[in-house]
Amino acid sequence: MNKPEIKLKVIIVDDEHGMCAGGERCLRNYVIEEKEFSDKISFEVKSYNNGKSAVEAIKTEQPDILILDYKLPDMNGLEILESVEDKKFLTIIITAFASLDVAIAATKKGAFDFLSKPFTPEELRESVKKAAKSLYTARKMKSLEEEKKQVRFEFISILAHELKSPLAAIEGYLRLIDERVRGESLESYDQMVKRSIERINSMRKLIADIIDLTKLESGRKKRNIETFDIKDLITRTAEGFSNYAAKRNIKINLSCESFYVKADQTDMEMLVSNFLSNAIKYNRDGGSVNIDVKISDKNISLIFSDTGIGIKEEDLKKLFNDFVRIKNEYTREIEGSGLGLSIVKKIVDYYGGNIDVKSEYGKGSVFSVNLANIAEEVGVGKEI
Amino acid sequence: MEKKRKILVAEDDSDMMEQMNIYLESNDYRVLKAYTQEEAEKIIDSGDFDAAVLDLMLENPDSGFILSHKIKKNFPDKPVIIVTSVAKETGVYFDKNADSNNWIKADAIIQKELRFEQLKKELENLFSRSK
Repeated sequence: MNKPEIKLKVIIVDDEHGMCAGGERCLRNYVIEEKEFSDKISFEVKSYNNGKSAVEAIKTEQPDILILDYKLPDMNGLEILESVEDKKFLTIIITAFASLDVAIAATKKGAFDFLSKPFTPEELRESVKKAAKSLYTARKMKSLEEEKKQVRFEFISILAHELKSPLAAIEGYLRLIDERVRGESLESYDQMVKRSIERINSMRKLIADIIDLTKLESGRKKRNIETFDIKDLITRTAEGFSNYAAKRNIKINLSCESFYVKADQTDMEMLVSNFLSNAIKYNRDGGSVNIDVKISDKNISLIFSDTGIGIKEEDLKKLFNDFVRIKNEYTREIEGSGLGLSIVKKIVDYYGGNIDVKSEYGKGSVFSVNLANIAEEVGVGKEI
Repeated sequence: MEKKRKILVAEDDSDMMEQMNIYLESNDYRVLKAYTQEEAEKIIDSGDFDAAVLDLMLENPDSGFILSHKIKKNFPDKPVIIVTSVAKETGVYFDKNADSNNWIKADAIIQKELRFEQLKKELENLFSRSK
């Protein structure tokens, strides 16, 4: 992808024609590369040979960098700087009389750098480069800050919406109950109460997920990296889901050898429970979930396969974004925060791993998590 | 006995749908459920409904407007109510009366969280007007 070049406007003010022409020549094809964000900075140069026209030009052209000769026939450089109120540009002062007094006065008036005559084209470029980088960094910081604010705002707006939907649903049921729409028999309201409780639970899960996610995102999650048996952890986590799975007659099969890994246990629990909960939630009644753990060298793969409803090709790429819930006739009544896969993605990123998804709509999905370098060599972990 | 009026309800939240269903049925209406714009379009094409209550945001942020436009083009006399929470969330209020270009083709716009009685009253109003 080719990004457009960043063009900085440069105004040169000097009464010597040779200086202006030389400066223009020297900067015209000059390009600075900023590798980190793959930006290119180039310059658009105009020159003026007296103070009056320069002051006018500064107001109309709004330059980014001003290269200013200190001594001009009608006014000096400091007077020019004084006459411009809102300085959004950086000034490089050129002077033949390199005196400390001038330097101090000019700095007070907002000069960024000094060049003393005579100077080479290289020296001019160096000074312009310094100014350009300073402008670039300040602007980049500002735009990153804006971007961050925007992302945060969007996140909070969606979160507010996601919290309001269950509230509205619960309130609606309560009003219907309050109005006794189904008569006086309590049993007629069982379904309404059940749905209300389910929505409250999903709201609670949403809040818990938000806490997990923000901890992971802010980098403030305290991790306790220790050696433990991955089979124990998966077995324990799966046991927590056994009632949930049994209610819908879904079998959980685990195929895993005892093996020691070095990681944070809460990370691994979050990872396993999110995949497992999805595999049950988006399964069919009487279906099954298989968890296969494969270890090669120090790498470990956790493979969660289900016999569920599957995911359409076009929905696969959205899957790991915040608050994404795939809506179709199968998922309509399934509750979820839309954050589970965002959370696991962040955990897997932390361990430098990757997640692979294969799915067939209507048949089932396979999520494979590959984590490099967390498996301990046999024997090492067991001694601890 | 008078035949029950059929209300097309377009709403993607299954609980909200269920509640409208319970409430409207208890008030002697029949509810035709559409969870998506596409499902609603099928019912509109069939013409077999007496009024529509449309959530503004379904799979598209303006599904409700699109659907109401379609209804009013083919069945100008069938009452249409749009339900929206957009105003609360964005501060942008849709005011039917201020809509000089008349591009909102609905008879009423109700803000979420809607009260069921309010919905019932609006429907009764619109039905009595269209008589």
